[in-house]
Amino acid sequence: MLKLRNVHTDIGGMQIIHNVSMEISQGEFVALLGSNGAGKTTLFRTIAGVLKPNSGTIEFNGVEIHRMPVHKIVGLGLVLCPQGRQLFPQLSVEKNLLMGAYPMRKDKMRMQKNLDRVYSLFPILKERSNQQAGTFSGGEQQMLAIARALMSDPQMLLLDEPSLGLAPLIVKQMADTISEINKELDTTIFLSEQNANMALNITDRGYVLENGACVLSGESSQLQDDESVRKAYIGA
Amino acid sequence: MFTKPIHTKLLYIVIFVAALLLPWYVPDAYIFQVVITSVIFGIAASGMNLILGYTGQATLAHGAFFGIGAYGVAIMTEAGISFWLALPAAALISAAVGLVVGVLTLRTKGAYFAIVTLCFGVIAWIVAGNWIELTGGHNGIYGLGDPTPIPFPFFGPIEFTTQTSMYFLSLAALLVVLFALYRLVYSVFGLSLMAVRNNEPLADAVGINTFATKVISFVAGNFIAGIAGGIYAIMMASVSPSATSYLLTFNFLIFVILGGMATLPGPVFGAFAIPVLMEFLQFLQDYRHLIFGALLIAVIIYFPQGFVGGLRRLNQKIAARRKQKTSES
Repeated sequence: MLKLRNVHTDIGGMQIIHNVSMEISQGEFVALLGSNGAGKTTLFRTIAGVLKPNSGTIEFNGVEIHRMPVHKIVGLGLVLCPQGRQLFPQLSVEKNLLMGAYPMRKDKMRMQKNLDRVYSLFPILKERSNQQAGTFSGGEQQMLAIARALMSDPQMLLLDEPSLGLAPLIVKQMADTISEINKELDTTIFLSEQNANMALNITDRGYVLENGACVLSGESSQLQDDESVRKAYIGA
Repeated sequence: MFTKPIHTKLLYIVIFVAALLLPWYVPDAYIFQVVITSVIFGIAASGMNLILGYTGQATLAHGAFFGIGAYGVAIMTEAGISFWLALPAAALISAAVGLVVGVLTLRTKGAYFAIVTLCFGVIAWIVAGNWIELTGGHNGIYGLGDPTPIPFPFFGPIEFTTQTSMYFLSLAALLVVLFALYRLVYSVFGLSLMAVRNNEPLADAVGINTFATKVISFVAGNFIAGIAGGIYAIMMASVSPSATSYLLTFNFLIFVILGGMATLPGPVFGAFAIPVLMEFLQFLQDYRHLIFGALLIAVIIYFPQGFVGGLRRLNQKIAARRKQKTSES
């Protein structure tokens, strides 16, 4: 479904991503592990089209997307949920969700269907549909950010560190919700995480990023047992 | 039953009726002229509000586009084209120039966009003063005729020779512009404008073409400025470089900010309230700008949504308190 070949990305003349190649197929649930500054966010932004790679190709369902503007990539069904609970703080919950369905704004029926589906997945959002998004707690804001990403009914979701700055109990809930999205809605998910333990518990496979290069990949259970991963990310 | 102290619908009906009857109770021609100018400036400020308030792009070229509309109507009517054709044509020229300027300048963000558009505003003013063959230089163009009468069945033709007719012409334009903005702002497209203002990187990430959205908002806002400028020219029966001046831009800016950014009635309220305030402070001469500056700072700090925004918040708070009281008892 998603295929990266020898991707290099620069930011302000500094090479951040070095020669990354990876492949994710339909329905998979894949983790992207790495410490602070490893380049996880930059890689995600490159895939989503916010940044353009200097060289290499990115394909989504056989279409080359590395030169496309973001809004076209979203239209193809590849959606990034950016880091740090990005919302439209002054807009209500429902308007935030409707903005998520922007690529299908002409199809009111489908918009309503997706809204109902997202509400059934996150009942709390329905209760508070008129509240201003900026007044939510951290966990609720992250829920809303994920819910909004789901509003365009994406085939593949890039989740950039959804656990960032959340209490452990909330992280657990979040992990369950993300697994549910992968299994029930059959959405392919690429999850970037510093919390390697949580990520490897719920995903099928994982890639490990270090200094912008992909140093290790494999089944999540194998990675969990891998000595270097344990040392670097799990701390045991 | 009366949960909110201010009933918006009732208030609007009262204002509308008062506006319709205004020519019959306005005390003198001077004040009438001030009112008509306020209506026209209210149209222009509403256009600026679309760009500045709803889309969050601090344009400082609004006076220039107002001027393009004014000169457009003046030059075309002088050439013998009917005002009713010249007005939309001038507004379209304003929008077209806005498209070119917008595509170039909207690549910059925040303060840089403000600086670049201010530069354009100043350039437009200099051109208006020096391109003598087209604009008549600093003397401008004067002696514009009245709009041609519209033939109307039964009542005979409607003529546009009196102040009252000019007033109704600008009032009608204001209402049409406000209605169009109302439809625009409460559509999905309007929502995407606010999304760009709220969080541009995220708007990009949800699939909004942010650049195109900003350009469309800029062009539409400048079209409205062109309409206002065109009506202004025919009302004054003349046009001079001061109609493109950046001082006019800052007047519009103050109307939008003090009246209420990102509210539909705000800029119109500002366009009426601030000239009145200026009149009252006349006795202070140039010192009134001192009071004005302090007022502007206070409003930006304490009422970021201006007078209308502040009033709405107060209204909601009182309503919430009354609701609480009734549920307690």
